[in-house]
Amino acid sequence: MNVQPKKHTSNNQYFVPQPSVWPISLCASIILFFIGAANWLHYHWFGPYLLYLGLLCILGAMCAWFTNVIRENKASNYNTQVGYSFRWGMIWFIFSEVLFFASFFGALFYTRAFSVPELSGAIRPLTHILLWPDFTGGWPLLHNPDNRQFLGANSVGNIWRIPALNTLLLLSSGVTLTIAHWGLCLKRRAVLICGLFFTILLGATFLGCQASEYYAAYQQHGLTLNAGSYGSLFFLLTGFHGAHVTIGSTMLIVMLIRSIQGDFSPENHFAFSATAWYWHFVDVVWLMLFIFFYWI
Amino acid sequence: MNMQSDSITEQAKEDAPKGISSFLKHWVFTTNHKDIGTLYLCLSFMMFFVGGAMALVLRAELFIPGLQLVSPNFYNVLVTMHGLIMLLTVIMPVAVGLANWQIPMMIGAPDMALPRLNNMSFWILVFAILLLGSTIFMDGGGPNFGWTMYVPLSTSFGPPSTDFLIFSVHMLGISSILGSINIIATIINMRAPGMTWMKLPMFVWTWLVTAFLLLTIMPVLAGAVTMMLADRNFGTSFFNSAGGGDPLLFQHLFWFFGHPEVYVLILPAFGVISQVIPTFSRKKLFGYNRMVVATLSIAFLSLTVWAHHMFTSGLPLAAEIYFMYATMLIAIPTGIKIFNWLATMYRGSITFETPMLFAVGFIVMFTFGGFTGIMMSIAPSDFQYQDSYFIVGHFHYVLVPGAVFAYMAGIYYWLPKWCGRMYSETLGQWHFWLMVIATNLTFFPMHFLGLAGMPRRIPDYALQFTNFNMIVTVGAFIFGFSQLIFLYNVVRTIKRGSRTTAQVWDGAEGLEWTLSSPPPHHSFQTPPDIK
Repeated sequence: MNVQPKKHTSNNQYFVPQPSVWPISLCASIILFFIGAANWLHYHWFGPYLLYLGLLCILGAMCAWFTNVIRENKASNYNTQVGYSFRWGMIWFIFSEVLFFASFFGALFYTRAFSVPELSGAIRPLTHILLWPDFTGGWPLLHNPDNRQFLGANSVGNIWRIPALNTLLLLSSGVTLTIAHWGLCLKRRAVLICGLFFTILLGATFLGCQASEYYAAYQQHGLTLNAGSYGSLFFLLTGFHGAHVTIGSTMLIVMLIRSIQGDFSPENHFAFSATAWYWHFVDVVWLMLFIFFYWI
Repeated sequence: MNMQSDSITEQAKEDAPKGISSFLKHWVFTTNHKDIGTLYLCLSFMMFFVGGAMALVLRAELFIPGLQLVSPNFYNVLVTMHGLIMLLTVIMPVAVGLANWQIPMMIGAPDMALPRLNNMSFWILVFAILLLGSTIFMDGGGPNFGWTMYVPLSTSFGPPSTDFLIFSVHMLGISSILGSINIIATIINMRAPGMTWMKLPMFVWTWLVTAFLLLTIMPVLAGAVTMMLADRNFGTSFFNSAGGGDPLLFQHLFWFFGHPEVYVLILPAFGVISQVIPTFSRKKLFGYNRMVVATLSIAFLSLTVWAHHMFTSGLPLAAEIYFMYATMLIAIPTGIKIFNWLATMYRGSITFETPMLFAVGFIVMFTFGGFTGIMMSIAPSDFQYQDSYFIVGHFHYVLVPGAVFAYMAGIYYWLPKWCGRMYSETLGQWHFWLMVIATNLTFFPMHFLGLAGMPRRIPDYALQFTNFNMIVTVGAFIFGFSQLIFLYNVVRTIKRGSRTTAQVWDGAEGLEWTLSSPPPHHSFQTPPDIK
C-alpha cells in the first residue's frame, strides 16, 4: 500500500475530544447504584440510600457529559464525521436494546410453546405423569403446577380496555412526535414544541394507565409476581417496557426544554433524532407486546 | 524519517505525565485509544495472574486424591471464579486492548469514533471486576455453581453473593456493549478515504464481526440474569417448573449467549493470526475474500447452534439432530481458515520469530481442540463426554493454545510498534517453548481422564486417576510460572529494548507500519491516502 499524508486542510481535520472526567464518574455512579440495589435486596439499611444516591449521580454525570457535548457542538467543533459516529452509536445501542427485549420475548415464546405444554403432557407424557399429574396447562396460565407455592391469578384483565387504550396512546404519540419533527424541519417552533408536549403527555398518560393496570392486577385479578410464569412474564415484559417509556419520556422532556431554548436547527438536531428513534423503538416493542402477550 | 521521529520524541516529552493531575488526565480521564488500549492490556494481564493463581490452587488440590488444601465449596467457588475471570476479564479485555491499539492505526483513523465512551467501557469493566472479586469474601461464600450459573443451583441454592455476581455481569455486559458500539462505529465511519471494505485488514474484519456478535448476545445474557435475579428475590417463576416455568429456559438463554461468546473470544484471535502468518511468510494472505466470508459464516452459524451444550438435558430428538448437524457445519468455515493459513505459508520464505512460533503453535493445537469439538458435536457420543474432564480438555485446547497463543502472538508482533523497542527474542523463544510443553502436559492428559470417567468440577477423584492428574498439575505450574518470563520480557522491552524502525518486520504490510515506532499520540491527524 502506498501511503502519503494529506496536507492539513480545515475540512478533513479530525475531531478528538480532550480527557474527560465524566465517563469514569458515570461508571462510579453505576456501581454505586448496583451496590445499593444488591444491598437493598439483602435488607441492609443503607441499600436504598446508596441506590438513590447512585441514581442521582448517574443523572448528574450524564447531564454534565451531555452538556459538554452540546457545548462542543455549539462551538462548531464537530464535523459531519462526528455526527455520523453519534448516529451509528445510537443505532447500534438500539440494536442491543432490541436483543435485550428479544431475550424476554424468547422466554415468553419458550414458556408458551414448550414449558407449559411439556408440564401438562401435551408434548411428551412422562414429565406430566411424574411431576404434576393434575396440571392441565392453558394460557393465560391461571392454575400453576404447584398452586400452593405459586398461587395463580383468578382472572386476567380485558385486553380491549387498558391495553388497547395504551396501544392507541403510544401509536398516537408516534404521530405527534413525527409532527414535531416536521415542525423542526420546517422551522415552525410552535409546532415542534406542541408536538413534543403532546408526545410527553401521551407517554405520561400511558404510564398512568399502566400503573392502574398493575393496581387492578394485584387488587382484582390476583395477578402478582408470585402468580407463576404468566404473572412473571407479564410484569417482566410490561415492567421493562414501562421503564423504557420512562427513560424515553425523560429524554423527550430534555428535548422539549432544549426546543424551548431554541437549540435545534433543521440541519443540526441529532439529539432530537436519537430520541425519536428511541421512542419509536419503544413504540414497536409495545406493539409486539400487545400482539404476542395480550392478544394471541 | 529522522525529522518525523524527532518531532515525535518532542511530542512524547510534552505528553509525558507531570504530577498527579496529568497522571489522572493521562490514564484515568483519557480519551486516547492507545492509552485505553494499554490499560486494557495491563488489566487483562493482571487478571491473567489472578485467574491463573486460582487455577493453580485447583490443580494443587487435584495433585493427589483426597481433600488437602481447600474445602469442596471453596473449590467450587474457585472453579466459578476461574472461569468467569479468564473468559470475561482476561481474554475479552486483551482482545479489546488489541482492538483499541490497532483498529484506528490499521484503518487510518486518529482515534476511536467515540473516545469518551471508550474510556467508560474500560472503567466500568474495572468496577465490575471489583464487584465480582468482592463476592469471594462475602458471607456464605462466593458463587459456587460454575461460570454457567445454571438454575436452580444459582437460584434456589445459590449463596447470597449471587445477587452481587448478577449485577457484576450486568456491568460487564454494559462494558462489552459500549465497547462494541464504539468498535463498529469506528470501523464503519472512521476508515480513511480509499480504505474500502475489501481492503480492510483481517484483524479489523474479525473485530467488526465480533462486535456485532457481542451486541447480539450480551443483552440476552443481561436478560437471562435479570430473570434469575427476579426468581431469587421477587418470587417469580421463570425458571421454576412449580410455577409453570422451566430451568431449561435458562440453559437455552445462557447458551444463546455462551456459544457465540466462545467465538467472540476466538474470532479476534483468528484476526491476529491472519496478520502474523502473511508477515513472516512474506506473502499476501491466501484467499482474503474467502477468509472474510468464512468469518461472517462462522458468526452467523454460531448464533444457531447453542443447544449442543444441552444434548443430555432431554431435548426432543429433532432438536438434537438439528443442533448436531448445524454444529458440524461450523467445521467448514473454520477449516477454510486453517487451510488458508497453511496455504499462505506454503512456499513462503518463512522465518520463525516469536510471533510466528505462537501462530504456528496456534494452528496446530487449535486444530486439535477443534477436532475434539467435532467429536463432541456428535450427539450420541456427547452423552459419554458430557460433564467429564474430556470437556475441560477440549475447551482449554481451544482457549489456551487457541486464544491465549494467538493474543501472545499479537502482543509480540505489535509490541515493537507500540513502544518503539524490540523484545528479547531469546526470552520470547523460551516463553514459547515452555508454553508449548506446559500446555500439552496440562491439557492433553485431561482427555484420557475424561474418557476414563473422571467428572469435572469435583475436588476429589478415584485413585486410578492419580498419575495423569499429577502430570496435569506439574504442567499447570510450569505454564503459570513461564508467564513470569513474558512479564519480564515486556517490562524489559519497555525499559531498555533496542530501538526499532517504523517497519519493524520486513514482511509486514498495512497502515500501522507506515507510522513511526512508537506511533504519534493520535495516530493519523489527517486521513492518509490509500492507493
